[in-house]
Order: sequence, then C-alpha cells, then structure tokens
Amino acid sequence: MHYASEKIILAIILMAAVTYLPRFLPLFFLSRRKLAPLLEIWLSYVPAAVLASLLGPALLMPEGKLTIQITENIYFWAALPSFVVAICTRNMFITVLVGMGSAALLRLLI
Amino acid sequence: MLFNSSNQKSRKKNVTDKLQKNEIKSGFFKSIPVIFGYFPIGFAFGILAVNAGMNILETFLMSLLVYAGSAQLIAVGLLESQAGLLTLTFTTFLVNLRHLLMSAALAPYLGHLSRLEQAFFAYELTDETFAVHSIDFKNEKKPPKRRIFVTNTSAHLSWIGSSILGAWTGSILTNLEAWGLDYALPAMFIALLVLQTKNWRHIAVAAISLMLSTLIFWNFGGHWHIIIATLTGASVGLALQKQALKDAAP
Repeated sequence: MHYASEKIILAIILMAAVTYLPRFLPLFFLSRRKLAPLLEIWLSYVPAAVLASLLGPALLMPEGKLTIQITENIYFWAALPSFVVAICTRNMFITVLVGMGSAALLRLLI
Repeated sequence: MLFNSSNQKSRKKNVTDKLQKNEIKSGFFKSIPVIFGYFPIGFAFGILAVNAGMNILETFLMSLLVYAGSAQLIAVGLLESQAGLLTLTFTTFLVNLRHLLMSAALAPYLGHLSRLEQAFFAYELTDETFAVHSIDFKNEKKPPKRRIFVTNTSAHLSWIGSSILGAWTGSILTNLEAWGLDYALPAMFIALLVLQTKNWRHIAVAAISLMLSTLIFWNFGGHWHIIIATLTGASVGLALQKQALKDAAP
C-alpha cells in the first residue's frame, strides 16, 4: 500500500515549511543588526564545526557500523588521499575527482 | 576623439555589462562542484522516491520545495514504512535544524539584500551552498547579489534535474558506486572543510566536532549529533580564541 497522492503533497508542504523556517528566520533577524563580537566569533567557527560533524559519521560509519576495515568501509580510506589533495591543492574540483577516483579504485581492488 | 555624453554612457554600460557577465560566470563556476556533488544523491533520491510509490511530479515537487538531500532521502524511507505525517515532519525538522546555525553564520554578510532577496536566498540554503558561500563571504563585506543567486539557482536546478532523471530511470540497477559517484558528496565536504581551515583553532574545532558527532551517532543514532557537535565545536573555537586574545594582551 502506498501513500495516497494527497498525503504525499501534504507531506511535501509540511516538510518544506519546517525546512524553510530555520533557513530564513536567523537571516531575517540577524542580518541587519550588529552582532555581539562574541557571537560573530562563535559563528565564524560554525562552518568548520558543521562540516566536520557531517563528515565524522559519513567517513567512520557509512553503513551505520563503526569500522575502518577497508573491506567494510571504503569511505574512510578514500578520504585519506582526498584530504591530502585538498590540503596540497586547496582546489575543490581536483579534490572531488581524486575522491571519486579513489573510491572507484578501492571498490575495484577490494 | 569626440567625447560626448552618449559615448560615455555606452562605455559605462559596457563596463557594467562586463561586470555583470563576470558575476554570472563566476556564480555559475562556483556552483559546478555543488552540481557534481548533488548529482549522485539527487539521482539516488529520484530512484528511491519512485520505488517508494511517489510519481515523477511528486519527486519534482519535493526537490523543488524542500530542497534538502538528507531529509529527502530519510523521508522516502519513512514514506515506504508508512510512517505518520507527524513523524515525517518532525524528523525533517530535526534533520534540517542545523541550517538554523548556517543561516545565522551567513546573516552578517547579507544585510545588503532586500527582505525578498533574503527570503529567496534562505530558500536555497543547503549544506553545500552554505559551505561554498561561507568561504567566499569571509573575504567580502558585501557579496555581489547576482553572483550568489546564480550559484544558488544553478545548484537548485541541478538538484531538481538529477532527481527527475533518477525518477525517470526508476530502476534499482544503478552502478553509481562503481564510478565512485557516491563519493562526490563526502569528497566535496572534505574539500570545503579544508578550505575553511585557516588556523589551528579551526583544526581543533573540526577534530572535536568530528569525534563528538561520531561518538553521539554511534551511541544514540538519530539526528541530534550534528547539532550538538556543531554547538560544542563552535564554542570550543570561541573559548580558544578568547584565550588567545587574553594571552596576547599584556
């Protein structure tokens, strides 16, 4: 049995609403006032913190299991050359290509 | 040379046109890595969506209106298991709550946008566009509007396009993994993280957030790990910088 079409549309609308509000409200309230210096400094660390938070589980537990065994977790091992290349080239394109290539290569070999 | 006002006006217009074209080109160029990163996920979403019983129109609408990769993938799983609307809505909210912090982080750079432009910008704020913009904005007091909207719109259109392509294809037999396509997104995040790292404090923040996020997720699953690890990491960054300022002052 699948969800009825109207229910899916309703689901989409609800999802869109709860997704949009957190994206918009801070922009609305914080963009036109001078932020407290401490808050600005704190916010300046958010990008690194958020990216790392997303990467942690993605690289260490891609299938939901914590492992760095190469036969079970390609993601961790493909990340090593990716990081090296990213640090050396500081170039997004090259890093992504190397990452994808490493993943493909590892899958071929493992 | 006859310098009259219409010559001057047309020369000014040429310069302005060039600048505008550069902004558009630059905006599109910046969106390319995002497009690469989006494709495998959007495509996978499209396939999973139709397999869960959604039709192409609904797939299109979700990618158009919600525009949140991880939430969309999770939602498809929930729809398939006949979860209720409340669960679906609340889970989506939780998963995307981190965008609250991202919006706050970019807010100081977008004061020059009109409210309507801000509303539109917010609509297209995702992990990826946030990461791209936050790097650019660090060097700009007033990021050029045209460029950022071209980046955002190109990215969004590519997301919709990949989803529709996936929905069209509709079969389980993808071989994305053989090409490493599924690694485009993590690779992109790695690149963005490295680009964000300006000093050792950023490295410390990243390390702490990474470990904490994994630890929490490993123990509890769910979606709170991202927010908790982000809040903690950023606070550590602030503490470290305050300490550095204290040490610097005589």
